[in-house]
Amino acid sequence: MNRTLFRLSVQAVAGRRRGLVLLVVPVALLVLALVVKGLADGDTGLDATVGLGFSLALPLVALLASTAVLGPEVDDGSIVYLLSKPVSRHVIAVSKYAAAWLTTMLLGALPLGVVALVLDASEPGRAAALGVGGAVAGTVYSALFLGLAALTRHAVVIGLLYTLFWEGVLGSVLSGIRYLSVGAWGREVAHALSPLVGTADVGTVFAVVAALVVTLGSVWFTGDRLRSFTLRGDE
Amino acid sequence: MSVLTLDQTSRWYGNVVAVNGISMTVRPGITGLLGPNGAGKTTLIAMMSGFLAPSAGTVTLDGTMVWRTTSVYRSIGLVPEREVSFGYLTGRQFVLANAELHGLPDPGAATERVLEVVEMTEPAARRIGTYSKGMRQRVKLASALVHDPSVLLLDEPFNGVDPRQRLHLMALLRRMGAEGRTVLFSSHILEEVEQVARQIEVVVSGRHAASGEFGEIRRLMTDRPVQYVVVADDDRALASRLIAEPSVVAVSLRPEGGIAVSVADFGSFALRLPRVARENGIRVLELAPTDDSLESVFSYLVGG
Repeated sequence: MNRTLFRLSVQAVAGRRRGLVLLVVPVALLVLALVVKGLADGDTGLDATVGLGFSLALPLVALLASTAVLGPEVDDGSIVYLLSKPVSRHVIAVSKYAAAWLTTMLLGALPLGVVALVLDASEPGRAAALGVGGAVAGTVYSALFLGLAALTRHAVVIGLLYTLFWEGVLGSVLSGIRYLSVGAWGREVAHALSPLVGTADVGTVFAVVAALVVTLGSVWFTGDRLRSFTLRGDE
Repeated sequence: MSVLTLDQTSRWYGNVVAVNGISMTVRPGITGLLGPNGAGKTTLIAMMSGFLAPSAGTVTLDGTMVWRTTSVYRSIGLVPEREVSFGYLTGRQFVLANAELHGLPDPGAATERVLEVVEMTEPAARRIGTYSKGMRQRVKLASALVHDPSVLLLDEPFNGVDPRQRLHLMALLRRMGAEGRTVLFSSHILEEVEQVARQIEVVVSGRHAASGEFGEIRRLMTDRPVQYVVVADDDRALASRLIAEPSVVAVSLRPEGGIAVSVADFGSFALRLPRVARENGIRVLELAPTDDSLESVFSYLVGG
């Protein structure tokens, strides 16, 4: 990893308006949790809120963070300033990933645990498990979306469609999708740590291995795309 | 001392050929890459700087393939036409980041040195977002020079830069060339290239139209038939007299009035036209060049 690139990437996330939008997501989730706590009793409210956090808030934060560290620079071609350096493209990809990952952990995974605690402070074990599960899913999401940002200019739109349809609608209708759902892998890991979290029924080993493979593959792919980055003129 | 070599380099996008079989050697000193907009200059510079794979042929720097070789950036400094979009960084932070990415032993000192070279020490504490076009250009140049590269590639560096800063940039490039660096810059303005470069490479429609010392290129561009429109009180009479002049190649009457005259030797035509008119009692009402656009000069060069 390259510290300069990591620093620049963090500034790219925090220094733009997107940084504020990123903050809105966990804050909204927390507000929702407080409202639910006031209105509903028992685990129903917790399941619904955490479910929303897993399937919407977490991927949304990862999407915004990952596209912020790479998207604008690739779009306007100014990434050429970073690429015209004797630095391995894979190092660039890993550094950008580190910034996106850190943001996702702080604003995506951590709030999941906090929300669980807010809704039920008597089960800190479950809250921690949800935080770890969120970290696993967030780790994969940020890598996946980084690869998407390296692949296409429309990463935000495609990422949103993926989140809403694949992870959201289709995931809840077609049970087979759970094997290919990042959110399900995260929930499975959380279930392994605390039985109070419902299982996603994919097996812990499968969830961990799948998460690892997709994460490593996506980051490697990002580096490979950067190796072939093409500078186009206006002509 | 570095030499950049293009050998039968082509680049096409689908059916569109952007660069067509260009061979050239860019040596130490300043080379101007001249051509109209859309000629393929940016595509050429992208290939020279390793940001575009040639569809055919090779681009090498001192024998090393440039495409997908990250180590060449130790020797190459690139100033793309693209704006610096790191508006949230100050000029100093941006140049410093470039110095660090090059792994320089003392990035801070290198940053200050290069900011001084481009005369940006004072505004360096401000965010790039607040800079004028000329200042951005200089910060871009600073970021490309911070590692003291032996090759400097600049894409349209004078575009949108005010005249005073343009002179400053030109002086800077001349100095880089005099120091023995291989400097190549692109431009679509002949006068601009002439003021800075000795060696000129002309590119038109993706083809290598001409190559040589600026005096030769200038002659090639000026010694060509030039089209004029002459409007007189008796067009037909003037046309019949003008065709007898050795400096005139062709004359035709324009349907909308006036005469289209093709002139081979402008110097003698300028002397003869008023005399011919006076001797024959014809009044010349208007004289205007019709094809002084750079595109027509270029198309003449490629035999179009």
